[in-house]
Amino acid sequence: MDYWVWIIIGIVVILLIIIVGLYNGLVGLRNQVKNAWAQIDVQLKRRFDLIPNLMETVKGYMKHERETMEAVTNARNLAQQASGAGAGERGKAEGLLGAALGRLLAVAENYPDLKANQNFLALQEELTSTENKISFSRQYYNDSVLRFNNKIQMVPSNIVAGMFNFQLGEFFEVEVPVEREAPKVSFT
Amino acid sequence: MWEQIRANRTKSIILVTVMAVMLLAIGYFLGFYIFENGIAGLFIALVIWFVMTLIAFYSGDSILLSLSKAKKIGPNDYPRLYNVVEEMKIASGLEKMPDVYIIDDKALNAFATGRDPNKASVAITTGLLERLNRDELQGVIGHEISHIKNRDVLLMAITAVMLGTIVILAWYVSRLLIFGSMGRSRSSSRGGGGGQAQMIILIVGIVFMILAPILAQLIYYAISRKREYLADASSALYTRYPEGLASALEKISGSTVELKTANKATAPMYIINPFRKKGMSLSNATSTHPPVMERIRILRAMAGGASFAEYDQAFRQVHPGGKGVISPATQYTAGVVGLREASAEEKQPEKPTRERMNRTREVEDVMLRLNKYRIVQCACGTKWKIPPDFPDPDVLCTKCGGRVKVR
Repeated sequence: MDYWVWIIIGIVVILLIIIVGLYNGLVGLRNQVKNAWAQIDVQLKRRFDLIPNLMETVKGYMKHERETMEAVTNARNLAQQASGAGAGERGKAEGLLGAALGRLLAVAENYPDLKANQNFLALQEELTSTENKISFSRQYYNDSVLRFNNKIQMVPSNIVAGMFNFQLGEFFEVEVPVEREAPKVSFT
Repeated sequence: MWEQIRANRTKSIILVTVMAVMLLAIGYFLGFYIFENGIAGLFIALVIWFVMTLIAFYSGDSILLSLSKAKKIGPNDYPRLYNVVEEMKIASGLEKMPDVYIIDDKALNAFATGRDPNKASVAITTGLLERLNRDELQGVIGHEISHIKNRDVLLMAITAVMLGTIVILAWYVSRLLIFGSMGRSRSSSRGGGGGQAQMIILIVGIVFMILAPILAQLIYYAISRKREYLADASSALYTRYPEGLASALEKISGSTVELKTANKATAPMYIINPFRKKGMSLSNATSTHPPVMERIRILRAMAGGASFAEYDQAFRQVHPGGKGVISPATQYTAGVVGLREASAEEKQPEKPTRERMNRTREVEDVMLRLNKYRIVQCACGTKWKIPPDFPDPDVLCTKCGGRVKVR
């Protein structure tokens, strides 16, 4: 009789250890996703901060590019409004901002004076790098989300995920409807 | 990322264990011949190894950085470099930004150091920084960051120290055995049969002392090469752009300026072997790095994506019939990993046209012929320019691996 009690206790203990291990693994991945999301946030904020500086520098040179410049400002405002939203909503707004910025920088190629401006060159490097950092942090975030979601849906961790109600992570896709469009260049 | 580190670790641990056993065996012999007590020697070997490891562990990176005269830089000194390091730090998911160092040297090289991912540094020569465009720099830094992320630096430091200890001890013990045995064999010859058994042990000992350092070195090289492939694969994965690293390696391998401050023990830390011979990629078993041409070919063969599985497939394509370089368990990545396009900077038509390149080559050939160079062609189509005082009858073609007759 005693014999059986010990076996049952043993099985329960082993099960508990497995559950704890799986649970901790899930929490670790969830924290990784959260951390990766915070990384994206930092870079997006950095881009917000760089834009007013860029506008100030560019203003004197690009008097005939009002439309392009306004598009950037508007996209920035929209993206800032969406900054509290979820990954899907935010991706759309940030995608628009990225596209508008890209167009502005492409147009800037036509202004040799501007391209000789040290301040502009420094800003251009910062913006290029921030753009890269956004896409790399997005890459890492999406990889983390995929790994987390796999764990939530795959046996055996899906059982633990169900018990403790882990929610699937949302991918961060930057939707850019007009990105591939060639930049409009006006010589008026 | 953990799966990959773990699976690679098992193989590395086996190799490191073999080295450790060799070290202990040498210690045992040492004790046996000096104190007639193997355990004492074992103890001495362990103490030497332990002390050296401690030094390497706690001050290895600062020693390496000061030996190579590296200067620490901040975000405003070299904004592009600092930004690229930060980009790769983000892409790899490293938690802490590594310190960035610069080495004032015309040679083209870079290395990473630091015992754990939270206390790491990346160093690059000014020569390399000037020559690379943004995509190439990203590839190189991605390679270095992955050495940090995969904890290669610690592994290579531990193995380098073990190798050093084995070489030093084996050198002393073999001298002791050869010169010491003469005196002893005379005194112990009275023992009769015992002398003969001792003689056999002595010979085995000497052979082992000669072989051990060589074996240890080969193991060390094998570990190092494996980590290089993994770092290349990781760089492609982080940047999603294998061409960047490939073209950087091409530029680096084209340079023949030797890094003044490199030394043999630190060679595996660099992106490319700092002791490579001019124009030749060193052959396999005795190099810390795989041949550059091969690394470039593998990276360029990654047409379909940037995942580890893709790198492995490209590796097999370059080595027909060979085993892959990254074990299947480690190929777990996020499904299909797409490649990205070159950055805007890269797209500008900087490269000379094929026509112009050919013309330049022709002129170069004429100049070389005037200087009594011989120009021979390999079966694979590669032309080799042989200086007039070249001693050997044939030369190794680094492109196809065959031999080309010079005369």
